[in-house]
Amino acid sequence: MSWSTNTVWANRRMRRLLRNGSGIVATLSLAGGMCAAQDLRAPSAMTAGEAATISTTGSGKATFYLVGPGVANKSDISLGSEISLRAQDLRDSGQYFATLCSDSCHSASFFVMPAKPANLAFLVHPSRVPVAASDAVSGVAIAFDQFGNLVRDPGTVNFQLTAGKASLLSRAVTAHDGIAWFRATSGKSAGPLQVVASLGDLSARRNVQEVASEPCNLRITGQRTKDGLMVETEPVHDCAGNPVPDGTIVSFTATDASGKSTVDAPIKRGIARAEIAASGPVVVSVASGVAMGNELRMGGGQ
Amino acid sequence: MKTILTIIVVATVVLVAVGLLGAGQTKTGTIGFASGAVLPGLTTKADTPEQAVTNLLKDVQKRRWNAAYEALSKTSGVDEQTFREEWQGSNGSLRTFSNLEGSELRPVHATNDDAQIRARLRWTTPVGPTEDVRDFHLHRESGIWKVVWPKQQVESVPAQVVPVTYLRWDLVTGDGKDEWGARNIDPPHVRIVSMNAVNSAEGSVVMGEVVNEDTVPAFVNVNATLVDGAGNAVDDENSFDKIDHVLLPKQITPYRIDFPGIDLGKVKNVRMDIKASLVPASADPVIGVMDQKIEADVQGRSVLRGELLNQSGQTVNIPHVIVSFYDNNGKVIWVSDGYVDRALQPETSEPFSVDIPRTLAGKVQSFHVVVNQYSLGKS
Repeated sequence: MSWSTNTVWANRRMRRLLRNGSGIVATLSLAGGMCAAQDLRAPSAMTAGEAATISTTGSGKATFYLVGPGVANKSDISLGSEISLRAQDLRDSGQYFATLCSDSCHSASFFVMPAKPANLAFLVHPSRVPVAASDAVSGVAIAFDQFGNLVRDPGTVNFQLTAGKASLLSRAVTAHDGIAWFRATSGKSAGPLQVVASLGDLSARRNVQEVASEPCNLRITGQRTKDGLMVETEPVHDCAGNPVPDGTIVSFTATDASGKSTVDAPIKRGIARAEIAASGPVVVSVASGVAMGNELRMGGGQ
Repeated sequence: MKTILTIIVVATVVLVAVGLLGAGQTKTGTIGFASGAVLPGLTTKADTPEQAVTNLLKDVQKRRWNAAYEALSKTSGVDEQTFREEWQGSNGSLRTFSNLEGSELRPVHATNDDAQIRARLRWTTPVGPTEDVRDFHLHRESGIWKVVWPKQQVESVPAQVVPVTYLRWDLVTGDGKDEWGARNIDPPHVRIVSMNAVNSAEGSVVMGEVVNEDTVPAFVNVNATLVDGAGNAVDDENSFDKIDHVLLPKQITPYRIDFPGIDLGKVKNVRMDIKASLVPASADPVIGVMDQKIEADVQGRSVLRGELLNQSGQTVNIPHVIVSFYDNNGKVIWVSDGYVDRALQPETSEPFSVDIPRTLAGKVQSFHVVVNQYSLGKS
């Protein structure tokens, strides 16, 4: 096989592979080793979304191929002039291949870096958290440029957690591989928890609802009515003093001579209340979830 | 020729008569009249108490309400409408969707003029077959046994306005235009607080309790997978209706998962999976469970009895009772459930009972009753 035959065969194979969109690296290395009549020189790094140029040597007409993440272009150019790469063709960061084919083919590769951070994706978990829960709140911030490329080295992300006017956490975290994260203990007061991640001029804000924890010191009082008993809780709070949300179920159990009676009553306006049909001496107990309260003993005459 | 015609006419008359009499006595099917009055003289004469109850139940089964009511003893203190509602149901109760499928009768006692018959009534319902045991009192009047239908004491509730501070949770779904991660809402946090797997007469049973630890209502479902020694899944079932699916904050529900025909001895491991999702819910109605007691029923079986008291101002069409039974260590050893076939009217009560397996009756130390409810026009 002669040199010229080999070159023609290689060029045909490369064009076929380019059409198919595969075998880029193998083809370019083959072409690059065969021809020195023309050459192209690309900058080693470019920035996403910015126009760039590639210089060429030689004379005459040639075909230029640009293959990269999200782009595959073919154009006719004049050798010896600069090839302009449009900004819209370089939006996606990653490795690109530029190939110039005349009598033979020659190629170069270059890397398009992400542009500066333009968007901060911020995921915070959970959306509701009981107060004073250790390591219960976590957040992850990921920076992207305006074209949606992951910015692998965005710098330092500042996380701030604020409940009301009190600052619960302020931490600067250096991103690794484009990701910065934190984990924190929830505050002691029920209410909205503001979580902010900021990176330079960018910031993202999320809300976590801090809710009361398990009821604590559940206490009931009661009185006789003509049909039985009316029992009610004192205002129900958790151990940090936060009111337990309305709708929380409180189970009242009354035991008398005729058996056991139970009422699952929701807390309304901070208090759970139940009417229980019971006569004679009766013992009333109360529970909410797995939290138990006091026992109330009422004699028949009370 | 005249002889042949005579034979044809006589044969026709005989066949028509046999057909009409047979229609009233057929054991199954609804040949004849599906509803309304029966032809006079075609129902078998109630010479015995059993026959009287059989006739009554047959009329009820075929919805011949006039005939059924007419056959009652004159000493019955019930009007036809009330009698009919007792069998047909009202207010969208489970009974309104049920049909009497069959019955078994057993005499309890009898004298010359009075008798008592115990009937086990089998119903088909949308929630599966149910059984009901009822005692019929009979009296012989002019040589014919008749059922004495007692007048039901219907609780009379005065007209009133029941104030409700309406607690309700609604779900708002966004339009999806916000940035990524800005509108995530976590599913409710629920937890299986106990689990027990046992062998029963019908197969394996997995049961326990689930608590909603969150501050929002949860729609829960519990799945269990039985795994054999080689790590292969033997069967996979869910709690279906043996659970209160909508759990309000801090509410606890029993659950039971049945694996019919599977021997627990072949099971090495049970994989539990609980799924919870956000759901719109209401904290009303509140249903109290009064006078809960374990006692023997008329057939000698252990049952938990009690009364459901609707403390709200709305009708509960189909109440559903789910009970977890504990041993002296506080372990859940059985979960039973039962539907109440009458609607629960506002501020009124209805009795309920659920079975306890004979083998476990002696081990039960305490129990926890949860009332699930289905109301027409509500999810």
